[in-house]
Amino acid sequence: MITREKQRQPYRATPARRALGFVRNTWRGLTSMRTALILLFLLALAAMPGALLPQRNLNAPKTAEYIAEYGWWGRLLDRLQFFDVYSSVWFSAIYLLLMVSLVGCLLPRSLDYVRSMRARPVLTPRNLARMPHYRRAELPGGADDVLATAKSRLRGWRTSERTEAEGTRTISAERGYLRETGNLVFHFGMLGLIVAFALGKMFSYEGQVIVHADGSQFCNSGIFAYDSFNPGLRVDGTGLNPFCVKVDSFEAEYTDVGQPVSYEADLGYQSGEDLESGTWRPYHLEVNEPLRTAGDRVYLLGHGFAPTFTVTFPDGSVRTQSVQWRPVDQQTLLSEGATKFDPPGVTDTAQRRERQLAITGLFAPTAALQGKVLTSVDPRLTNPAVAVDVLRGDLNSDRSQSIFEVDRSMVDSGRLERVARENLDVGETITLDDGTTVRFDGVRNWVSLQVSHDPTQGWVLGFAVAMLLGLAASLLIKRRRLWIRVAPAAESDGERHTVVEVGGLARTDQAGYGEEFTRIAGDLLSRDRKAR
Amino acid sequence: MPVNETLSQYSDWSYTTAVAVYVLAMVFFLVEQSFGRKGRQAAARTRERARELVGAGAPADTGTAPPPVEHTGQRPRRDRSERLGRMGVALTVLGVLLHAAALLLRGLATSRVPWGNMYEYIMIVCLITVVTWLVVARKFPVRHLSAFVLLPVVILMFVGGTMLYAVAAPVQPALQSYWLVIHVSAAAASSGVFLVPGVASLLYLVRERHDRDPAAFARFGPRLPAADVLDRIAYRTTVFAFPVFTFGVLCGAVWAEAAWGRFWGWDPKETVAFVAWVVYAAYLHSRATAGWRGRRAAIINIVGFSVTVFNLFFVNLVTTGLHSYAGVS
Ligand code: HEM
Repeated sequence: MITREKQRQPYRATPARRALGFVRNTWRGLTSMRTALILLFLLALAAMPGALLPQRNLNAPKTAEYIAEYGWWGRLLDRLQFFDVYSSVWFSAIYLLLMVSLVGCLLPRSLDYVRSMRARPVLTPRNLARMPHYRRAELPGGADDVLATAKSRLRGWRTSERTEAEGTRTISAERGYLRETGNLVFHFGMLGLIVAFALGKMFSYEGQVIVHADGSQFCNSGIFAYDSFNPGLRVDGTGLNPFCVKVDSFEAEYTDVGQPVSYEADLGYQSGEDLESGTWRPYHLEVNEPLRTAGDRVYLLGHGFAPTFTVTFPDGSVRTQSVQWRPVDQQTLLSEGATKFDPPGVTDTAQRRERQLAITGLFAPTAALQGKVLTSVDPRLTNPAVAVDVLRGDLNSDRSQSIFEVDRSMVDSGRLERVARENLDVGETITLDDGTTVRFDGVRNWVSLQVSHDPTQGWVLGFAVAMLLGLAASLLIKRRRLWIRVAPAAESDGERHTVVEVGGLARTDQAGYGEEFTRIAGDLLSRDRKAR
Repeated sequence: MPVNETLSQYSDWSYTTAVAVYVLAMVFFLVEQSFGRKGRQAAARTRERARELVGAGAPADTGTAPPPVEHTGQRPRRDRSERLGRMGVALTVLGVLLHAAALLLRGLATSRVPWGNMYEYIMIVCLITVVTWLVVARKFPVRHLSAFVLLPVVILMFVGGTMLYAVAAPVQPALQSYWLVIHVSAAAASSGVFLVPGVASLLYLVRERHDRDPAAFARFGPRLPAADVLDRIAYRTTVFAFPVFTFGVLCGAVWAEAAWGRFWGWDPKETVAFVAWVVYAAYLHSRATAGWRGRRAAIINIVGFSVTVFNLFFVNLVTTGLHSYAGVS
C-alpha cells in the first residue's frame, strides 16, 4: 500500500513538516487528558479570588473601599483584574483553553463512539481463566442447548456468536454502552452551557427601580426609566422589551420579634397587545415569585417608606411631596432621606437658589426616643415619626445628586443653612422663622423592583439538565463484558456433556460487577438450568 | 407559625445525647483499631476479606486473580476486639437514631424542614455522613476505621451545637420555597457523603506512604486496609455524591433565578461551590489519566472536601453574600 511505501522513505524534516509537526504536537498536548486536568485545576484556582475579594459587579462601593484601604497592594490587584475576576483576561483565557481542549477531546471520541456503537462485541480471549471473573463447569447437554440458554439469559446485552478455529463456540457479550453516551452528552452539554452562558452575558440586562405602592407606574421604555441599569456588552438600552407595571399596594408581614415572614405587592401589568388596548392584568408579586412578561422578569427586591411632607409657604401656596427614603437598618427599617422643595412662584434663578428647602433626617416606622434621638424598634408601621433638619438655601440642584441626600458641600460652604430641627409625629408641624410651615402628613410604602432580561437562560437550563442526565448515566452505568465458551467434553458415560467457561471484565474500574457476574454465571452454569 | 418550645427542647437533648453516643462509639472503635495484638488480628482479618473482595471485583490488571473463593459461611472466631467493634456499630446506630430524632423534632418544632440555618445544616450533613459510613462499612471490611469518620462528625456537631447554635425559628422570606427543601437537601446529602471519601483518601495516603516505605507509619500503616480498598471506597462514594452535588447546584441556580433575579451571579457561595465541583471533576479525570491515579487522585479528593468545608464555614461566617442563613450571630 501507498502508506507503507511512504514509510520506508527516509524521513526528511522540511520546514513545512516541522511546522505541521509543531501544530500537531500543540494540538495533541492541548487535547490530552493531562492538559484538561491541569486546566481544570487552573480554573478552580482562578475562580477562588472571586469569593475572597470584593467584586466590582457585585459590590462596587465595597471594592473601592477595599482598594483604598490596601493602598498599592489594592491598586496592584486592581490592575491585575482581581476585582473583576470573571471578566478578567486570565480567567477567560483559562476557560477558552479548556473549551478548545474539550472540543479537541470530544471530536475524536465522538468518532470512536460511533464506531464502537456499530462494532460487534470483541472476540473471546484465548484464555478466559485469566479474566478477573471466571467460572467453569461441565454441564449435561449439547453446545446448542447451552448457547440457547445463554442467549436468552443475556437479553439486554449486545451479543455476538462465533465459531472458533478449533470448533469451539463462543458468545461475546457487552453491556453498558449508555455510559459512553452519557459521558458524551455530559461533555457536549457543558460545551453548550458555556456558550449559552457567554451569549447570555452579552445580551442580558438588569435594572433596578423604586416605585411607590400607590398606583404609580413604571414602564420598560429605556434606561432613563431606571434608577440603576447594568447592560450586557451588546445592550445599548434601545429596543428594550416594552411592558409597564403599576404597583397598587404593598404588604409586609412580620413575626412578633420583627423577623420578616413575607413581602407581597399587588401589581397590574401590561405588555404586547395590552399596551395598545390599555388593559391591566393583575399579578400578585412575592419574593420567589417574579412576574414573567414580554421575555423579562420583574422581581420584588425590597421595600421602604416615603414620608409625606406638606410645606405651606408664606404666600399661602402649598406643596406636598412623598419622596422615598432609604432604609439604613434592615432590621428596623429606620430610614434616611431628603425631601426637597422649590419655592413656588419664584422665577429668578438666583432668588430661587436662596430659598430652596430640604427636609432631611431620619424616619422610623415604629418610633422610640432615646433622649431626643429617634430610633426605630420595629419594621412595622405602628408609630411613624421623623426627626428632621429643615435646611434652607441653595440645594445646587443643577448638579445631579442622590435623591437621598443634600449636597454636603453646600452646607459646608454655608449656602445651605439649617433653620429647624424637630422630631415630628404624624400631623405635627414646624413653623419656620419666615412663617413657612412644614407638616409631616404620613407615610407611603415603596417597593424596589428589579427587571431582568436574559434571552439564553432557557438554553442554559436545557444544557444543564442534559449534563446532569449524562453525568448520572456516565457515572452509574458500568461498561462490562462477558464471554462464554463451550466445548464438547470427553464422553464418559455415553451422555453428551459440555464444558462451559464464563469470563467477565468490567471496563471501568468500578467494583460491583462481581455480584452481577456471579449471578449470571450461576444461572448459566446451574445444572437444572432454571434460567431457561 | 409559632415555634413549639417543648419539641425544640427535646430536639436539643436528643442532639446532645447523639454526640455523646458517637463519642462512646468512637472509643470502642479506637480500641478495636489499635489495641495491641488483637487490633492487628482485626487488621489481618480485614486484609483477608479485602483479598476476597479484590478477587471478586478486581480490575483487569490484577492479572492472576485466583478463582473465586466460595464463602465457607463459617464466621471467624470472635475475640474481644471484634466484640468491641460490633458494640461500636450498635452504638453508632443508636446515635443515628437519636440524631435523626433531633432533626425530626426540630422540624416539628418549627413546622418547616429543619435545615434553615447553619446549626441545622450541620446536623443533617453529619447525619448523612454517619449513615453513608454505615452503608460503606457493610460493603467493605473497614469497620475498625469508623473512629476516623466519627471524629470529624463529632467535631462538626460540637462546633455546630455550641458556637453556631440557633434557637428554633422560622426562616426569612427568601428561604421560604420548596426549592429550599430540594436544593439544600441535595447540598447537604452530597456534602455529607463527600466526607467519607475525604477520610478514605486521607487514610489512603497514609497506607500508600507505608507501602512505599514500611518505616513510615510503621505501627499505624499495617492496620489499614489495602490501599486499593480505600481507593475504591473513595471512588464509589464520590461517584455517588457528585451527581447529587451537581443536581444541588442546578437546583440552586433555578431557585436563584426565581429569588434573586439571575441564575448565576458569582456570589461567594456559588463561586466556592463551582470550585468544589471543578475539583471533583478533576478527581474523576485524574483517575482516567496515566500518572495521576492513586496518590494524586487521593490528594485531589481531599482538596475537594476541604473546599466543601471552606464553603460551609468561611463563606457562611466571614464573607457577606446573598446566601444568608437566619440566626448565625
Ligand atoms: C470543561 C471542563 C471539564 C469538566 C468539568 C469535565 C468533567 C468530567 C466529569 C465530571 C467526568 C466524569 C464522568 C465519568 O467519569 O464518566 C468526566 C469524564 C471524562 N472526561 Fe471530562 N470534563 C471536562 C473536560 C474534559 C476534557 C477537556 C477532556 C479531554 C481531554 C475530557 C475527557 C474526559 C474523559 C475521557 C472522561 C471519561 C473518564 C472516565 O471514564 O473515567 N473532559 N469529565
